[in-house]
Amino acid sequence: MADMIATRDAYGKALVEFGAKYDNLVVLDADLAAATKTEMFKKAYPDRFFDCGIAENNMIGVASGLALSGKIPFASSFAMFAAGRSFEQVRNSVGYPGTNVKIGATHGGITVGEDGATHQCLEDFALMRTIPGMTVICPADAGEARLAVQAAIEYNGPVYLRFGRMAVPALYDDTYAFSIGKGSRLVEGNDVSLIANGVEVEQALVAAELLKADGIHASVVNMATIKPLDREMVLEEAKRCGCIVTCEEHSVIGGLGAAVCEFLSETMPTPVLRVGTNDCYGRSGSAKVLLSLFGLDAAAICEKAKAAIQMKK
Amino acid sequence: MEQKRISELSEIARKVRIGVVDAVYSAASGHPGGSLSSADILTYLYFEEMNIDPAAPDMADRDRLVLSKGHASPVLYSALANRGYFPVEELKTFRKADSRLQGHPDLKKVPGVDMTTGSLGQGVSAACGMALAAKLDGSSRRVYAVMGDGESEEGQVWEAAMFAAHYKLDNLCFVLDWNGLQIDGAIDDVIGPAPFDTKFAAFGWNVLTADAHDFASLDAAFAAAREQSGKPTVIIAKSVKGRGVSFMENQASWHGKAPNAAEYETAIKDLQA
Ligand SMILES: Cc1ncc(C[n+]2csc(CCOP(=O)(O)OP(=O)(O)O)c2C)c(N)n1
Ligand SMILES: [Mg+2]
Repeated sequence: MADMIATRDAYGKALVEFGAKYDNLVVLDADLAAATKTEMFKKAYPDRFFDCGIAENNMIGVASGLALSGKIPFASSFAMFAAGRSFEQVRNSVGYPGTNVKIGATHGGITVGEDGATHQCLEDFALMRTIPGMTVICPADAGEARLAVQAAIEYNGPVYLRFGRMAVPALYDDTYAFSIGKGSRLVEGNDVSLIANGVEVEQALVAAELLKADGIHASVVNMATIKPLDREMVLEEAKRCGCIVTCEEHSVIGGLGAAVCEFLSETMPTPVLRVGTNDCYGRSGSAKVLLSLFGLDAAAICEKAKAAIQMKK
Repeated sequence: MEQKRISELSEIARKVRIGVVDAVYSAASGHPGGSLSSADILTYLYFEEMNIDPAAPDMADRDRLVLSKGHASPVLYSALANRGYFPVEELKTFRKADSRLQGHPDLKKVPGVDMTTGSLGQGVSAACGMALAAKLDGSSRRVYAVMGDGESEEGQVWEAAMFAAHYKLDNLCFVLDWNGLQIDGAIDDVIGPAPFDTKFAAFGWNVLTADAHDFASLDAAFAAAREQSGKPTVIIAKSVKGRGVSFMENQASWHGKAPNAAEYETAIKDLQA
């Protein structure tokens, strides 16, 4: 398909595009520029690209020092290393001092595929979300990835952006307006609300189609910003649909599903079922096979949607 | 360096040390040993070396100082207060719930603090970023990072060392406070991070040595660091942990402990002598 683009590709392109407008935008990588796609920026602006070598912890600190001197640094690596290895550097050298660092983490989730469990980060939303003041975004398609990069540049403060390796279809046209902290409803429905992000938005859209055959009208929301959560929209969905299924390429512990549960349990207790990896590690395989193997595909979402509807009183 | 200036700096350093002891005693907690070993280094930097203005702590082209060994916050606060960034009296609020003087330096709270530190190994990386930014801006501002000898055991320090040499950050100067002690004892007994000179040299750094308690020696080293081009500089500064307070000198046990009332009096007497 012509318009299948991985969000990491859109990330690389967006850096080049906005690098022209913002001459204080600088990009750091840790020996993964070809994979994270920051090499596009490296080619366009060699003087503003700095490879830090395989030294992610130092890279995060360098980014903080650059930010404190008026630069807008994007620090890139795989989600596993940016959020995982460097958690405490992000927490103490970026989050706590509130420096204007953007972490562009690619290869999030199970759809990393063949590289397997050591590279499939299923914990980054949880890790990044616990850091006070951190914004956490996982765009669903190339267009949204581009807008998320722009929004991160225009926002003053730490942002964690998760991009994927797998090519995904375009979900939005050019009229889409992205804002940090705002969900977007893609399908109207009143029986169950599917709140998803990243590659799971596509799966949720397919699920909503499949559910129609059973006379179920599902609402589909793209919740690209995990933190700050769009509480207003979650509450609206809970009130209108009476049950929710969250869908993410992440552990059911600590991510989007957890954020929705935490919020609703304190405001309007509502049945919520979570589609995500079930407290387990990933494995090698093609992205598509893994999505179904780990219960993250449209079929799995449909099952959870029906179960959630059963839980409504 | 003229003898008169050396005497002036020595007198300032004496006051900076009193501020350290006052802060730690008032808080009944904190890290006196490593604060006292760095007292002359920070005095030299804030009163002689750096291009700064206490009235304009955020001045864009100021020199930067990152106290990577953030537990020595008492000496940073005391140097800043004595330099005029905030009242010296405020040192007595150190570590209290209503104070801006946090246990470890917080750049959002205290004017003059250039980087939030406390987690060892991280400040040096931020200093690299600041030095790189100065290069990008074509600015002559310089960046200093004061680190511990024990701190050098963090792998991130060597990631930073590799980075600074690769990007030829000759506007960057680390000062390694070589007091020979960390929490669990002598650095040689704990894990043996020395030698520092050949390690940094192997990483591509300009390596200088100095006596951390001799202003003429520090003056010569910082002057030589300014002259260096194409390489970052580390000044390995041989120091005495607890320097200036008789019973704290060279005692690992005074790393992170406050004096009691009697000990406080002795300490102040030592520093008034
Ligand atoms: C990452 C990290 N690990 C452990 C500590 C706890 N800690 C505080 S000070 C210290 C010893 C530092 O020794 P050194 O760097 O030699 O400092 P100095 O002797 O100058 O006080 C340790 C282990 C810390 N602050 N950060
Ligand atoms: Mg030491």
